[in-house]
Amino acid sequence: MSGNMNLTLKVWRQKNKDSKGLLETYNVKNISPDMSFLEMFDVLNEELITKGEEPIAFDHDCREGICGMCSMYINGRPHGPKRGVTTCQLHMRSFKDGDTIVVEPWRATAFPVIKDLSVDRSAFDRIIASGGFVSVNTGNARDANNIPIPKDDADTAFDAAACIGCGACVAACKNASAMLFVSAKVSQLALLPQGQPERYMRVQSMVGQMDEEGFGNCTNTGACEAECPKGISLSNIARMNRDYIAAGLGSE
Amino acid sequence: MTSSKIDAKIPGGSLEDKWTTYRSTVHLVNPSNKRNLEVIVVGSGLAGASAASSLAELGYKVKVFCFQDSPRRAHSIAAQGGINAAKNYQNDGDSTYRLFYDTIKGGDYRAREANVYRLAEVSGNIIDQCVAQGVPFAREYGGLLSNRSFGGTQVQRTFYAAGQTGQQLLLGAYSSLQRQVGMGTVKMYTRHEMLDVVTIDGKCRGIIARDLVTGKLERHFGHAVLLCSGGYGNVFYLSTNAMGSNVTAAWKAHKKGAFFGNPCFTQIHPTCIPVSGDHQSKLTLMSESLRNDGRIWVPKKKDDPRKPADIPEDERDYYLERRYPAFGNLVPRDVASRAAKERCDAGYGVGTSKMAVYLDFAFNTKRYGQVEANKRNLHNPSEEEIIRLGKEVVKEKYGNLFDMYEQITGENPYEMPMRIYPAVHYTMGGLWVNYNLMTTVPGLYALGEANFSDHGANRLGASALMQGLADGYFVIPYTIGDYLSEEIRTKAIPTDHEAFVEAEARVQESIDKLMNIRGTKSVDHFHKKLGKIMWDKCGMARNVEGLKSAIEEIRELRAEFWKDVRIPGTANEFNPELEKAGRVADFLELGELMCKDALERNESCGGHFREEYQTEEGEALRDDENYAYVAAWEYMGDSKYELHKEDLKFENIKIAQRSYK
Amino acid sequence: MSSFTKMFSSSIGNKILVALTGLFLCSFLIIHVSGNLQLFYHDNGMAFNTYTVFMTTNPLIKTVSYILYVSILFHAFKGLHLAYKNKKARPVSYAVTNASANSHWTSRNMGVLGTILLVFIVVHMSDFWYEYKFGHLPFVKYEKNLTTGEITSSPFQGQISGKQEQYVVEAENKEVTIVKDLYAEVQEEFKNPLMVALYVIAMAAVSFHLFHGFKSGFQTLGLNHKKYNGIIRFLALYVFAIIIPVTFAAMPVYFFLK
Repeated sequence: MSGNMNLTLKVWRQKNKDSKGLLETYNVKNISPDMSFLEMFDVLNEELITKGEEPIAFDHDCREGICGMCSMYINGRPHGPKRGVTTCQLHMRSFKDGDTIVVEPWRATAFPVIKDLSVDRSAFDRIIASGGFVSVNTGNARDANNIPIPKDDADTAFDAAACIGCGACVAACKNASAMLFVSAKVSQLALLPQGQPERYMRVQSMVGQMDEEGFGNCTNTGACEAECPKGISLSNIARMNRDYIAAGLGSE
Repeated sequence: MTSSKIDAKIPGGSLEDKWTTYRSTVHLVNPSNKRNLEVIVVGSGLAGASAASSLAELGYKVKVFCFQDSPRRAHSIAAQGGINAAKNYQNDGDSTYRLFYDTIKGGDYRAREANVYRLAEVSGNIIDQCVAQGVPFAREYGGLLSNRSFGGTQVQRTFYAAGQTGQQLLLGAYSSLQRQVGMGTVKMYTRHEMLDVVTIDGKCRGIIARDLVTGKLERHFGHAVLLCSGGYGNVFYLSTNAMGSNVTAAWKAHKKGAFFGNPCFTQIHPTCIPVSGDHQSKLTLMSESLRNDGRIWVPKKKDDPRKPADIPEDERDYYLERRYPAFGNLVPRDVASRAAKERCDAGYGVGTSKMAVYLDFAFNTKRYGQVEANKRNLHNPSEEEIIRLGKEVVKEKYGNLFDMYEQITGENPYEMPMRIYPAVHYTMGGLWVNYNLMTTVPGLYALGEANFSDHGANRLGASALMQGLADGYFVIPYTIGDYLSEEIRTKAIPTDHEAFVEAEARVQESIDKLMNIRGTKSVDHFHKKLGKIMWDKCGMARNVEGLKSAIEEIRELRAEFWKDVRIPGTANEFNPELEKAGRVADFLELGELMCKDALERNESCGGHFREEYQTEEGEALRDDENYAYVAAWEYMGDSKYELHKEDLKFENIKIAQRSYK
Repeated sequence: MSSFTKMFSSSIGNKILVALTGLFLCSFLIIHVSGNLQLFYHDNGMAFNTYTVFMTTNPLIKTVSYILYVSILFHAFKGLHLAYKNKKARPVSYAVTNASANSHWTSRNMGVLGTILLVFIVVHMSDFWYEYKFGHLPFVKYEKNLTTGEITSSPFQGQISGKQEQYVVEAENKEVTIVKDLYAEVQEEFKNPLMVALYVIAMAAVSFHLFHGFKSGFQTLGLNHKKYNGIIRFLALYVFAIIIPVTFAAMPVYFFLK
């Protein structure tokens, strides 16, 4: 192994959703600063397998910061100490030799633990299924350039659409609120002409589903925005609130 | 002569009319019958999600399976640069024919004309559909869609959303899918992996899937099964694919009778972040769109110790511009990758490993800065001012990619050139399908990267997204009718049918076998070894000796795997090691077939470069006389495969030596 | 369920009500602090006492004050209810958190700050509001020389019909005002150092609570706009987190030192 960092890891181990978990301590040696955080976990797992122990289960897939599957709460912060970065893009050069690193799963009623650091985020899928779309069947569309969209609107919609659905916002929020996630989708579609016909219905259904899933209430601490690996802005939450009020006051 | 075992079912008529005529004459299923027909979709990427939602909209009962925790995580999400469409919005001479032509030529004349023309025909509809779904493509100040250029073309036809086009398209398809899930017309099975297809009387009738959380095996019936399970680049261990990307679904289908088309056609992408050490678990792509604005070079002097900025202009070798003046930095991927390898092998590589070349933005940063200064009416701006403005423009276009590069390498690409090197990215090969996208097993379809169909021996940039969505939105909804219209009398088959029972038992047996090995080495140990064999001997350059020894080595490795792999835990729980083991077991078989295919193809074409077959300048030397065919391999039992050929006829395009000079 | 009920029973609806009542309470504080500035007049409390009468008798203000009481109660109990629900949204807490890296501590402690304020409001209202309404406050008699404007005060032992009686004695060229002496109660209260300490602490809580609460209210109502966020932040910091609580806190300190 190429590196020279030695670290102490305290990792949450939990057999399944029904069992109780606890923090276990592991020592990893010869870690290279060029490794990603997940590659450091690969090294640890390889060791555990060789020793005949069970490796640590954690979610990950693309390892380039876009699929939103990785999800570790590292030293008290989702996706670790760097801003605008997912765990898979966090590199060990962000840590120092001798550090102790505590790694926990996302914690929320709506995100039950499956095993160790893996959690079930299907609540997000159900929220999207409740209204996070434009009802357009394949083949319905007219020419893409039929409706010009002001560049600023398109850019703002894109910024909201950059959400990767990782759930760091929920993990960071002291109330485990999903407002940033929901508002990003609501905003994206509210900003585009294609989203207008269902705009008010959408925000009501999505907020309704969000409440049903057992997420907490937003208290505007701003932790979600600060920890979001894609920099989704709090102004989306305000936009959603605005639309929600308009929907409640306006609809029949 | 095309083998009698395969029939591409290409409709008659002129190239331009084939698809239109086909669509108007293909059998239909009436709406009330659609409600009784069940379709299983495996994979939820662009092809899977778009197919599932479109079929559900039509009224079919659909089940979708993905191994990730949400359909939105499928690896289509990682595509960066863009999606092609022959819209000709830029008034630069684009047309359906030109997109067709570029794709066939880019694929080094190893793709089927009719399929590619259809792809080009529906490409425009894809953009319309995505915009209607609320996909926030990049726009100009006038509010209309913006385009950029990609490799292998001379027009601007690539639509994009910053460096996250795949993400935005997938989220569009995912939202359509979730809409159907919400309505109850699609049933979604996340964290499920397909482990076998079930055939009854020669027709595909369902799948066996494993619930990855509980470890339970499940039987699912379908009148038709669509494999939209992506490519197999992870056979190389290191690739730009996601960690979970695998060949298992396609491979199980192959072993149940679906022929595998052109397995050796793999795409090595020229612009990836170089390997930094043994710990590396995957490689990261830097979008091809960067080649729009970045110039690729190496120092003219070997082992030049100077920093890139200190090397003067006339001591730099812009080798792509030098070798291919017509296309310059925008040559197709296979050409760019080989050129990079050639320079590095010749000793001109840069960085600590010397296995990298520079991708330099300084020139265009300045150019953009100047344009921006003019736009903003700044007169006589200073050099720094221009560079600052230029960096802003570059940031807007590629900000996320630059950030990602800095995150991974610790170097700031705004200040110094990126170091890049080719890496495995895409597999043009896949399950052989006919014009209807049906494999050789009736009722079993393959869509997107999982099939072999449209890219020949090399895929052009921004065409994968196009193909995935074309297959799912605009092809399968029509072509599936051809088969299902014959199935309206088939009642749903109960899953206690002996074929299901037997298939499940076999899957269980193979899981038990894996669990009972209790060897000493991890799955990754074998995967890494396989990857090294594949990369060294079946990678960017291949030769007879290498391929022959690779086949031997893979067989040995496979035997060792089945004796010595260690999978901790049990099969009745969430066990990522077991999942990986199953996938690597399949890669260990596929790898051998890839080498066999590469060995069989005595020519160089596209991504398949056989060292024995090259021109004096080191360009790929095709043999159209003997190899203008699709190699469709039939599985005949352990390590035994039979080759069937589908001859490729080029009636609308003049087959020629590919030149980008 | 009607559209309104549905809206106000949702998470956002609940928060909108908390935001609306909160901002209403903020606006009340502006009135309250400006009125109470009269405590600093050197008139033995005449302006303050007559103002108090006005505030407790004017029908419009009385109506508003009932809305205010309801708002305080609603804001406090809804806030606590939401805080309880928020706790339930994360049943297993993190072993390690580093919340200071992503949020301001005031924003995370609105429940605690609010509870301090609730306790304070109970003490404050029972000492003054209850005393004034239902207690036995003495009356004071002010005599104002109409030529010089000089005011003298003396205790008034008798009975009057309402809270205030005012008449002019032309012969002596003076205006007599008899009024309930809340000012004396204020003076008395703030001789107690414990009370002064409680008030100063409570005003610190007001400062922190409003520093986040004022901005947060606008965000909840969807009023977040690049152009105006600066103004809201300015008001939150200077008006609601500094000027108002400092002015309020100055009152007990002033009487204590006086």
